[in-house]
Amino acid sequence: MTFTHCDQPALDPPLAAFEEPARLDLDRVSVAYGGRPALTDVSFQVPHGECVAVVGPNGAGKSTLFKALVGLLPLSAGTILIHGRPLGHHRDCVAYVPQREDVDWSFPLTVSDVVVMGRYGRKGWLRGPTAHDREIVHEALRRMGIDALAERSIGELSGGQQQRVFVARALAQEPHILLMDEPFTGVDVTSREAILQVLDQLHQQQVTAMISTHDLNLAATRFEQVLVLNRRLIAYGSPAEVFTPDVLRTAFGGQALVLREGLVAIDQCCPPEQGGVH
Amino acid sequence: MTSWITTPLSYGFMQRGLLAAVMVGVLCAVIGCYVVLRSMAFLGDALAHSILPGVAVAYLLEGNLLIGALGAALIVALGIGLFSRHGVVKEDTAIGIIFAAALSLGIVLISTMHTYAVDLTHILFGNVLGVSSYDLRLTALLGGGVLAGLLILYRPFLVVSFDPVLASTLRLPEQLLRTLLLVLLAVTIVVSMQTVGVGLVAAMLVTPGATAYLLARRLPGMMGLAALIGALSSLCGLYLSFYLNVASGAAIVLVATAAFIVAYLFAPRRGLLWDRWRSQRSRTQTSGSAGVPD
Repeated sequence: MTFTHCDQPALDPPLAAFEEPARLDLDRVSVAYGGRPALTDVSFQVPHGECVAVVGPNGAGKSTLFKALVGLLPLSAGTILIHGRPLGHHRDCVAYVPQREDVDWSFPLTVSDVVVMGRYGRKGWLRGPTAHDREIVHEALRRMGIDALAERSIGELSGGQQQRVFVARALAQEPHILLMDEPFTGVDVTSREAILQVLDQLHQQQVTAMISTHDLNLAATRFEQVLVLNRRLIAYGSPAEVFTPDVLRTAFGGQALVLREGLVAIDQCCPPEQGGVH
Repeated sequence: MTSWITTPLSYGFMQRGLLAAVMVGVLCAVIGCYVVLRSMAFLGDALAHSILPGVAVAYLLEGNLLIGALGAALIVALGIGLFSRHGVVKEDTAIGIIFAAALSLGIVLISTMHTYAVDLTHILFGNVLGVSSYDLRLTALLGGGVLAGLLILYRPFLVVSFDPVLASTLRLPEQLLRTLLLVLLAVTIVVSMQTVGVGLVAAMLVTPGATAYLLARRLPGMMGLAALIGALSSLCGLYLSFYLNVASGAAIVLVATAAFIVAYLFAPRRGLLWDRWRSQRSRTQTSGSAGVPD
């Protein structure tokens, strides 16, 4: 069991004697957003090192789930445990990659300025980055294939490059758990492959990851586990277990057209992954 | 030869005025970078106008005007946060209501005084040539404090401004930092009251920062450049006002505006002419040899 990158307190001796608890453990979680319930009674466990795709129609509560997992939204009921401990004990363990539209890309920052923010949490806020921090930032940029852009203004980047900057920042946080909200939406093929490749590497390093996506084919072919969400948990398991006509009809409702021989067509209002300019 | 530079400096009031104006120019410009980047221009203007009742009350009680102004600014800054926090009214609506009410209250209070005409002009448009050495020391002290706060909290303010979501996943006290920035802004405005007046302080907050934004690639560079533009605007504006015998606060703001227009037209990468030139060049390139990266 390794907790090297984490600022979490040492485990109590009795707890340490047991097997490592699930990385993420949600028990009957409900979240309200703007006074209305966005998620109701969601329970699931993500074991150590699992990589999970989160799918569901627009407004299914995918972003809400992620925001609740990092403590951005309060729970109206239920508990979330990370490493068997409630939220608030885990500052650096969880990295969250929000949707790209959530920040102002015209800010006067370079690519490396943004990625180094991933290091801010783990040292005093007053100290500048150390040589070690710079090394980690450079490594994160290199893994995302954007080291040549390090000194570029973020406003000059394409959508896919911006997404890779965000992923690089999450890598610089050296997380145990990585949450990404629709990282593949509106990005070019190069960026998409770069992100997928890093996800494979992280999987080998036993980093737990949850990725929301509109691309059901991607979820079915590149992920071991899929979680289907529509305001409540519809299904959770391997793609073969999850992608059944029944589940998809329940999750996508009128958007799902079930054809003969188990073929399902799903109509989503947003085009899932358009190729952006690289 | 250089007597046109030195002549004004032979007057004590000009020396003090220049020092005060340059300090205020730098201070407003640096914190103004956050005002520009966080789209707080309206808030800054509102804060400036709403210190009027504080000044009036302090005047009526024969207390210190700066302290009265500071009290009013802090009450309004916190009041706006309180009104808009629950999302019942939008923030700009809350600002609009509070600022107009405070300004009206100030005018009502001041109009009960006999000498209001002169004093109101000074508060609205500044009286930089009336700066005493005590005022100068107070300006240096408060301004230095604000700059030190911005320097020490550079990273937290940057993250909260650029990516509030990252800020809260890193467990930064977002609400506290936002309020602190408002308080620093309120202090800045009060310090600037005597130099450019409440009517024009918003320009000193926004214009140098906006100019620097067009020229700089990174936030530290933007802040440094804004400070330089703010200081030079104050310097040139005050000389202009001395020789042309015009209002000093307005002259300072007009110089800053001229700098902005120049940057807007000629700034590399972001300027208007640069845009034209680049699109023209790419048009001639596509007709000639294609595929040369710029």
